[in-house]
Amino acid sequence: MPELRQVVCMKVVPKPEEIRVDYETGLLKRASARSEINPPDMNALEMALSLKDFYGGRLEIISMGPPYFEPVLRAGLAMGADHLTLLSDAAFAGADTLATTYTLAQGIRKLGGADLIFCGEESSDGATGQVPPGLAEWLEVPQLTLLTALELDIECRVARGRREIKGGYEVLEVPLPCVVSVKTASNEPRFMDYRRQYWASEAERLKVWNAEDLSADPDCIGLTGSPTTVSGLAEAASRERRRQFLTGTPSELATQIAELLQKSL
Amino acid sequence: MVTSHYSPQAENKTIWVFLEQQDGVLEEVSLELLARGRELADQLGWTLEGLLLGQHVAGLAPHGIACGADRIWLAEHDLLEHFTIEAFTQVACQLLLQKRPSVFWLGATPNGRDLAGRLAVRLRTGLNADCTDLRIEPREGLLVCEVSGFGGGVLAMIEMRNHRPQMATVRPGVFALPHPDPSRVGEVISMEIDLDPAIIQTRVIERSVGAGLNLSRVPFLVTGGRGMEGDFKILEQLAQLFEGEVGATRPPVDEGHVGRERQVGQTGVVCSPKVALCCGISGAFHFVVGIEKASLVIAINSDPEAPIFEYADYCVVGDVHEVLPELIAVLSGQQVTYA
Ligand SMILES: Cc1cc2nc3c(=O)[nH]c(=O)nc-3n(C[C@H](O)[C@H](O)[C@H](O)COP(=O)(O)OP(=O)(O)OC[C@H]3O[C@@H](n4cnc5c(N)ncnc54)[C@H](O)[C@@H]3O)c2cc1C
Ligand SMILES: Nc1ncnc2c1ncn2[C@@H]1O[C@H](COP(=O)(O)O)[C@@H](O)[C@H]1O
Repeated sequence: MPELRQVVCMKVVPKPEEIRVDYETGLLKRASARSEINPPDMNALEMALSLKDFYGGRLEIISMGPPYFEPVLRAGLAMGADHLTLLSDAAFAGADTLATTYTLAQGIRKLGGADLIFCGEESSDGATGQVPPGLAEWLEVPQLTLLTALELDIECRVARGRREIKGGYEVLEVPLPCVVSVKTASNEPRFMDYRRQYWASEAERLKVWNAEDLSADPDCIGLTGSPTTVSGLAEAASRERRRQFLTGTPSELATQIAELLQKSL
Repeated sequence: MVTSHYSPQAENKTIWVFLEQQDGVLEEVSLELLARGRELADQLGWTLEGLLLGQHVAGLAPHGIACGADRIWLAEHDLLEHFTIEAFTQVACQLLLQKRPSVFWLGATPNGRDLAGRLAVRLRTGLNADCTDLRIEPREGLLVCEVSGFGGGVLAMIEMRNHRPQMATVRPGVFALPHPDPSRVGEVISMEIDLDPAIIQTRVIERSVGAGLNLSRVPFLVTGGRGMEGDFKILEQLAQLFEGEVGATRPPVDEGHVGRERQVGQTGVVCSPKVALCCGISGAFHFVVGIEKASLVIAINSDPEAPIFEYADYCVVGDVHEVLPELIAVLSGQQVTYA
């Protein structure tokens, strides 16, 4: 059986509840928030790991981001990945979807490609879900998005996935290699294997590539490679609500709620 | 700088909307985009055009016109019967390059997102996903996309000066549905397309879609959170009294108490009910964006400090397991029994 080669794209995000914005400067105060692996990417990693449990082979984590991503991402090594590649360069900063997908695609090419390239459904700090199809386009491979399950036929080199769509599902089949995005919460990511932790912390588990290592076209990366620009930030004006507290015993409360419902519906 | 396949100098002053259809029915989100597009096109003196792809879909075009389009570009082909990313990307790309619209919007549905993501890369242009508002700045015709980041706490305005088309996706329920006007006049233009079967790598093995629940326009939305401790039966009972529907936060969905199609919020459905009743919900940003458009919000939570009370019109500090049975009793005209 040929060896299965998998890449999982993972991102580190600030914990959403800890984000603060500086409205004077219009910038996000990322530093004030702790970081975590983008939760949907854990579902992607889990799906890839369970294939690795069965087929063996090599599983690489790839991420584009600043150096502080590294210690956070090592958790993925302790869960079972073989190696971590961080694409990190000041020139990558400010990338929108086009530049991000270009850079990740360059990294994956330099790794020698893969049979399966996994992504999470979306990132919690962007929540766009546009990286997986964009990545597939740069790599010129098919895509299976929003999967809750994936099967392989390694001999025939096809992947068959169950994709969530509105009101149901569909089962799609594509030839390998392909990009897969995994539906958030579709599996239970495994815990870190504590016996792997020391191994996961070793220097040789990690490779850092910059723009030059990737032979990246300077026109296609970071801010320069990003068609979109942020022209302003604002605090979401939440609708003014009445915020009137009701008081009483449970049955008095129920009577008041019932009146409100009958009046408004 | 990367350059897109056509530049702002080469654009036509039109807004294109992808008219997504499934099994011969137009997606509501496409109609919502037409409604918004109509408003902007009228302000700017632009035209609004729909892109309709499929197998036997010409019959849907008049509805697109009734909902605001001036023109429908129609491409019918046997290979467009089911959505496959390769075929739809190929055809949409061909037509976009021929007609060069300034703006192109798609619904942020599973297929709309996939198509948008592919097309933006193929055309080397920008894409703003999940916009919460779309405006066009009249002087230069720049599309200004409002997107909410970090679970809704922050709004960012995003634009692109040098790339076309200016692409954006919008989630269902963000814009209001149009009032169709069957007397509206518009043209339907059937396009010759070039589609090589060899490019299609995706095989659709099986498809199973039901009617699909649509929470976005339910007038009475009874949502439950982790505080319900899995007791969604009582919420169903309550919903039925006013022909409402049950929605939920993510934890009870993850735990399997409620179907995923009922998840309300950033990764669920954005709803605009007359009344949203929130039971045992803490009020995380991710959830609150899903009920912000409700006319009236009533929240029941045992914790007086729960953030949900900041987003509610009526704040009920109480135990859902005590208040809800009483409420059902009152509403169904039964004798209230005191514990
Ligand atoms: C990227 C991302 C996307 C997300 N998208 C969504 C989304 O679309 N929708 C969504 O909902 N969440 C989403 N979440 C999760 C979200 O951040 C919150 O974790 C979630 O909304 C919390 O759900 P909850 O209020 O039910 O649970 P909790 O936060 O645990 O709150 C339970 C509440 O119940 C109250 N309670 C407990 N017992 C009782 C009782 N007996 N009577 C009355 N009150 C009681 C408690 O006081 C508490 O306030 C997302 C998270 C991420 C990271
Ligand atoms: N900078 C990044 N590095 C690695 N993977 C990423 C990055 N950005 C996005 N992804 C992947 O793409 C998925 C979807 O992200 P997004 O399109 O930003 O919502 C994420 O769940 C990740 O798997």
